[in-house]
Amino acid sequence: MRILALIQRIMLQLLRDKRTMALLFFAPLIVLTLMYFFFNGDNENPQLGVIGGNDPLIAALENASIDVVSYNDADQQTIITDELDGLLEINEGGFRVTLENNDPSTSRALLMQVTQAAAMQAGGEAPASIDTEYIYGDAETEFFDVLGPILVGFFVFFFVFLISGIGLLKERVSGTLERLLATPIRRWEIVLAYLTGFGIFAIIQTIIVVFYSIQVLDMIMVGQVWHVIIVNLLLALVALSLGILLSTFASSEFQMVQFIPIVVIPQIFFAGIIPLEGMADWLQNISRIMPLYYAADALKAIMYRGEGLVDVYSNLLALAAFAAVFIFLNIIALKRYRKL
Amino acid sequence: MESSISINKLGKKYGKTTVLHEVDLQIAGGEIFGLIGPSGSGKTTLVKMIVGIDSPSGGTVEVLGKRVPNLSLLQEIGYMAQSDALYPELTGRENLRFFASLYKMKRSVLKERVAYAADLVQLTDELGKKVSAYSGGMKRRLSLAIALVHDPKILILDEPTVGIDPELRLSIWSELMLLKMEQGKTIIVTTHVMDEAEKCDRIAMVREGGILAAGTPDELKAAYGAADLEGVFLQAGRDAR
Repeated sequence: MRILALIQRIMLQLLRDKRTMALLFFAPLIVLTLMYFFFNGDNENPQLGVIGGNDPLIAALENASIDVVSYNDADQQTIITDELDGLLEINEGGFRVTLENNDPSTSRALLMQVTQAAAMQAGGEAPASIDTEYIYGDAETEFFDVLGPILVGFFVFFFVFLISGIGLLKERVSGTLERLLATPIRRWEIVLAYLTGFGIFAIIQTIIVVFYSIQVLDMIMVGQVWHVIIVNLLLALVALSLGILLSTFASSEFQMVQFIPIVVIPQIFFAGIIPLEGMADWLQNISRIMPLYYAADALKAIMYRGEGLVDVYSNLLALAAFAAVFIFLNIIALKRYRKL
Repeated sequence: MESSISINKLGKKYGKTTVLHEVDLQIAGGEIFGLIGPSGSGKTTLVKMIVGIDSPSGGTVEVLGKRVPNLSLLQEIGYMAQSDALYPELTGRENLRFFASLYKMKRSVLKERVAYAADLVQLTDELGKKVSAYSGGMKRRLSLAIALVHDPKILILDEPTVGIDPELRLSIWSELMLLKMEQGKTIIVTTHVMDEAEKCDRIAMVREGGILAAGTPDELKAAYGAADLEGVFLQAGRDAR
């Protein structure tokens, strides 16, 4: 079959290009790791004071890499003088956590782990209530925690966009695309083969990035891993079809790279790294045309808030719509070469 | 002889520049037809429109009785572009197999055709090498092999011998003759080399987007009273002004 031949050729070409393979699979990991160290300079285990904890709970906490210090009596002053990251008080009413919150990402991770440990204690169910108090700042200081899911989405988008765009561009510039159209292949077959050929690499990349982020970098992950992968795959499909489409408007690799500041960089700003709520209305409206905005929103919901695919279906629909429009435009754009 | 390709009032404009004006041309089945002219005269645009990968601004092209563009027609056309359209990361065999598999062909036939086409252009021993390691002449020959790998009735070759050493040029031409004589293929060749034009059954002289003269080399020489085709070209060009 023609499509299979084309897919096979695209994959073979990419496999032979070792440097591009390395860029696709390892560059996101390197940058993510760097980001991780930048934003999590303090890598020590968090210190948690516990009042009235039982042995299984403490064991669960220690399993989660928390250094537990038991107290009979302690208050906020104890946290500061003993340089604890937080204090967990357990009484009949439930859980009460006081967080030092000097470093919001530590606090957030600590609270998450305490919640998980407590939930495990309660037999999988979340405890009725965890009262949370902050010594510094409040629950809103979650800047860097939110960054993780966005970065995962961004790197998937960026590298897939670049490599697929340049892939088709090479075909255009070298004349092989025209040569391809002198065979009985149909335009949609070319687009579909490109989506599949590069899509297979995008799937591998997505899986590597997601697992690395969660397993090695310990990125916050409350929801289901496969939900994260589904969202990223949809995003990769958007990046793939957009990359191929924009390569139509580039006449060299360098011109393709010039799309990065125009198409890729602005998406970071609209993806929620900077809170959008405070922005002017027209700026907020612009975010609605950024695929990464929807992906980041969905990833945040799943990884950070533990929501499922059902809760983010409108984001998924938006991503699917972007992909559909770009794929359709791609088939049209090839008309420039052959009407049929 | 029945007409294999029929071109009627074919024109092409890019914006305001006219690249081709109202070209009429009939090409018979089983002949080698040469399009002769300097670079920029519109030869490539003309052959691309015959293949159907460029759309005319006016006029029609019919190939084997079907209006171009037509997907099923592409099965019958072997096209060799002016620049080698090959995948340098892949080996010669992989390139050949890839293009062959875009056509309707049985798997067993495909294998045979790949071997045949490679043998015809004397590349059998080099098929395992990556194309990035090929010389210019080898790439040209591989392009030719790709053009005929699916056994098309019509071969359209855009400057097949440019940048190829004389020895190889001779062998490519004798192969083309063979394809015509033994398999009755219709072959359209563009060239700007006059001695290649002599080898064609019929030629059309293309200049500035129009056809100055068409006929067999001998007819043209007689009509313009010139000793060689170069003379015909000059005379026809002067007459056109």
